[in-house]
Amino acid sequence: MLDAARSKPLVEVRGLKMYFPIHTGLLRRHTGDVKAVNDISFDIYEGETLGLVGESGCGKSTCGRALIRLYDITAGSVKIDGVEIGQTDQATLRPLRPKMQMVFQDPQASLNPRLTVAEIVGEPLVEHTAMTKAERLARVYELMDAVGLNRRFANRYSHEFSGGQRQRIGIARALALNPKFIVCDEPIAALDVSIQAQVVNLLEELQDRLGLTYLFISHDLSMVRHIADRVAVMYLGKMVELGPRDPLFSEPLHPYTQALLSAVPEPDPSLENTRQRIILKGDVPSPANPPKGCAFCTRCPKVMDVCRQAEPGFREVAPGRFVACHLYDTTNQKTAGRTGASEASPQTYQQGEHA
Amino acid sequence: MPDGALPVLDVRGLKTVFRTRSGEVHAVNSVSFDLKPGELLGVVGESGSGKSVTMMSLIRLLPSPPADVRQGTVMFDGTDLLTCSDQTLRDIRGGKIGFIFQDPMTSLNPVFTVGFQIMEPLRRHMGMTKAQARTRAAELLDLVGIPDARRRLGDYPHQFSGGMRQRVMIAIALACDPKVLIADEPTTALDVTIQAQILELVKELRQKLGMAIVWITHDLGVIAGIADRVMVMYGGQVVEQAPVKELFRNPQHPYTRALLQTVPGVLGERPEKLNVIEGQPPILFQAPTACAFRDRCKQAFDRCGRENPARLDVGQGHDVACFWDPATGGPRNA
Repeated sequence: MLDAARSKPLVEVRGLKMYFPIHTGLLRRHTGDVKAVNDISFDIYEGETLGLVGESGCGKSTCGRALIRLYDITAGSVKIDGVEIGQTDQATLRPLRPKMQMVFQDPQASLNPRLTVAEIVGEPLVEHTAMTKAERLARVYELMDAVGLNRRFANRYSHEFSGGQRQRIGIARALALNPKFIVCDEPIAALDVSIQAQVVNLLEELQDRLGLTYLFISHDLSMVRHIADRVAVMYLGKMVELGPRDPLFSEPLHPYTQALLSAVPEPDPSLENTRQRIILKGDVPSPANPPKGCAFCTRCPKVMDVCRQAEPGFREVAPGRFVACHLYDTTNQKTAGRTGASEASPQTYQQGEHA
Repeated sequence: MPDGALPVLDVRGLKTVFRTRSGEVHAVNSVSFDLKPGELLGVVGESGSGKSVTMMSLIRLLPSPPADVRQGTVMFDGTDLLTCSDQTLRDIRGGKIGFIFQDPMTSLNPVFTVGFQIMEPLRRHMGMTKAQARTRAAELLDLVGIPDARRRLGDYPHQFSGGMRQRVMIAIALACDPKVLIADEPTTALDVTIQAQILELVKELRQKLGMAIVWITHDLGVIAGIADRVMVMYGGQVVEQAPVKELFRNPQHPYTRALLQTVPGVLGERPEKLNVIEGQPPILFQAPTACAFRDRCKQAFDRCGRENPARLDVGQGHDVACFWDPATGGPRNA
C-alpha cells in the first residue's frame, strides 16, 4: 500500500475547466457551453493508481484527456512532474509528451489498421528518439515481451488480434517511451470478463516493475476497487468525493457515492440479498444546463434547502478524504462557497447523517 | 426434467450454424433447457458463447442465410416454433413472447413516435382500436415509470435518455401480457444507477404480472440479484445449470468456477490478485467432438480431448457437462 502523505504529487490539477461551446442558429452563434469538466482540483501521487469513476457523461474521460492536454483546456492549471502544461502551446508540449501517455478504451479504433504491430509500437520511438531501425526493433520486441505478446506476431496487423491482445498492443505503445504517467481511459470496458482480469493484472504488474503512475478511468466500480489506491468520484463535471480506496468503499461520504456503490450488483447471492439499495430517481441533468447549487440536488435522497442555493465546497473532512457536500458543512462553514479548493485546511471531521 | 409445473418453453437439442466465407461456424450446439411459469432463468456467458444466438434462433429472428437452425424442437404452448408457419409465429412473437434487445439506442425506430411503437403490437395482436391502444400505451409507460406518460407518447426515441429508452423497450415487450419475456443484455448499455432502477422495475413487474423471463447477461452480479436459476454457456453449449444459490455456493464446472473468481465485488474480501482464465474463447469451425473449454482448463485430462462431455445430473436440480469432479479433484465416476 502507498502512503499518500509521504509520497510527492506527480500530477497537480487546480481549477481545471473544460467547456465545449454550443453553436446554434444559422450564424452558428456561441449560445452556451457544455461544462464537461467544471472546476476540479486534485493531486495524483507518484506511483499510485487514482481511480476515476462516474456514470457516462459525467466528464471523467474529458478530465483524463484534458490532463495530458489532448484538449486545449478552458481554464485551470495542470502540473506534471513540476512542469506546468495547462496553458502551454503544443510545440513546447511535444518534448514533454514521452512522460505522459494514454491507453484508450476502444482497442479497435485506437490502432491504425494499416500498420503492423511493430510499426504501431515503434511509432513513438521514431517520433521522439534517435534510435536506429535495429535498436527500435529490439525495443519493440522488449515491449512485446513485457505485455505478453508473442514476438512472432510483430508483422501482423491489428485486425488479426482479439480484443484483449489489441489492448496489449495499445499498452505496449503507451510504454514505448518509458512514461511516468499513464491515463487509462476505460481500458477494459470493451473486453470480456475473463479477459478483463488478464489486462488488469498486466497493468498492475507493469506498475510494480516500472514504477508507473496511473489515472484509471472506469465505470466499473468493482474493478476500480481492485486496482486503485485512491478513488475519485465525478458527477456532472464536478468531483464530489476523493479518498483512499478502503474507507471510500466501506464508508462512502457523499450521497452520490453511497447510491453508486449500492447500485453495483454483487456476484454473490447471499451478500446480494442483505444489501440496502439506494435507488436514485431520474436521470443525470444536462451538463449544458446544470442545476443551481449542488449538481446532485435534483436526485439526492438527502437534499436540503441549502443544496439548491449554494454550491458545496470540495473540502477535506477527514485526513485524505475530500467531499463536496453540505451534509459535512461545519456550522461556521455553512455559507462558504469555496469551490475547487482541495488544499483547504483540514476541517474537524463532522459525522454526517449517512447510513 | 424433474418435478414442478409444466414448462412454458421447452427447448431440445437446438443447433444453429452460420455459413461464413471461412466455413461453417457452429454457434449453438445441442442446447436444451426449459422455462417454468413465473421463473427467471439467467443465461451467462462471454461474447461468442452462443447465448444471444440461442434465444434469437428459438423465435427464428436470425436472417437465413447466413444462419441455419439445423436441428431441435422449441415447444411453446403446444406449438413447435421451429416448424410452425410464419403466420403462427408472427402471432406469437411480440404477443405471447416478448423480446427486449440489448441496445436501446438502435432497437427503436427513430422515425416513429414512441407511442406509435408501443401501440403497434397492441393493435396487431390484441385487435385494439387506436383509442384503446393509446390508453393502454399510456398505462404501460406509466407502469415502467416514465413520468407524464400520456404526453410523452408523442415524443420520438431521441428525446429519451438511454435508461428511458430501455424502459420504452420494456413497455413494448410487455404490451400484450406475454407469457415469456426474453431479455438480451437489457442493462449492459446502461449506467449502474440506471441498471439498478431497471432491475428493481423488473422484479416488481414480475410479481405483478407473473411472466417467465429469460435474462441474458455476462454480469454475474446481475444474475445473483434477480435469477432463480442460472444456465452457463460456453462454446455454444450449456456447460452448467443450477438454481442460483446452488450455482454460486457449489459451482461444478471449471469454467464457472474460474469465472466466479475473475469478477471482484464491491463487498467482502478484496483479493490481492485477480484470477485469470488464460487464453481465448474458441471459434467453432467444427461441431464439437471434445470439450470446448479444454484448452483453457486447468483440470483438463486426456479424456477431455477425446469426448465431448454430456450434461450430467448432480442433484439439487444441478447439472454439469464435465468429466472432472471438484469434490474428489479427479475424474468423475460416470
